[in-house]
Amino acid sequence: MKLQKASRYALYAVLHLASEPGRQYSTADIAEHYGISTHHLAKVMRALVRCGLIESVRGVGGGYRFTGNVRRTTLWDVISEFESLEANIDIPENVGGEAEIIINGLDTVNDELDTLIRATLDSITLQTLLRYGEDATRRSRQP
Amino acid sequence: MNMPRQDQEAITVTIRPASLRDANDIVALDDHVTGENKAAFWTDILTRYSGDSAADERFFLVAEAGDGQLAGFIVGEIRAWEFGSPPCGWVIALNVNPQLRERGIGTQLFDALGEEMSALGITTIRTMVRRDDKVNLSFFRGEGLAAGPYIELERHLD
Repeated sequence: MKLQKASRYALYAVLHLASEPGRQYSTADIAEHYGISTHHLAKVMRALVRCGLIESVRGVGGGYRFTGNVRRTTLWDVISEFESLEANIDIPENVGGEAEIIINGLDTVNDELDTLIRATLDSITLQTLLRYGEDATRRSRQP
Repeated sequence: MNMPRQDQEAITVTIRPASLRDANDIVALDDHVTGENKAAFWTDILTRYSGDSAADERFFLVAEAGDGQLAGFIVGEIRAWEFGSPPCGWVIALNVNPQLRERGIGTQLFDALGEEMSALGITTIRTMVRRDDKVNLSFFRGEGLAAGPYIELERHLD
């Protein structure tokens, strides 16, 4: 599974908004903070609104705000709009003859991988993801 | 990046060893959460994991709210050399009253069980959760558990 750029941007945005639930940020604010494309992020923000993870606040000082709970919202909740779990092993379609039985076996392996990956992504809340990040960062900075 | 807590205020509960007198409340809580009445199962577990007859490596703890209401329970056991594993603590059941969730009760129960096991020299704790049980999976992840060195395998017998 190769994480889509949109998924990464969605995580940046959702975690940025969740860090200050009472405050709104514009797409431009978030894009500038992470050094990413405003245009691409704008599409991601619209998708996140459709999913109900963030909401748009109109008027002066308007922007977006997080509507979930960092202890309940999972990694999968955020990225599922942008990801497909159907390509862990790149298997050609419509293979016949002697190769068919091998390809069918690989399809079964793919199904198991998809199920495990989905379960893992859906068990990691945003709060747990941040803790993993903080722990890994601390370890990498130790002399 | 710090995340503000969005939970309701934590409730401090009294954690104590379970006894057979808790059986009705435990059965009722489990029934409420799972939709299945397992009275015989819980009575058997209580008999083997609580009271004077319980072995030292078995634990059945309950959390009591201020009004004496059962807020939750946890059951654990130290097992050695099953599947080739050195001695390790297992959480075999954890349940919190749904109306009192997100108030730190599961964490207090889990910590209390961990302390009991640590006192006996145990350094690893593990559990098994259905992969579609998002609530319990995310709870245990939040307590620091992650995928371990074993994979559960099964098949239908037909």
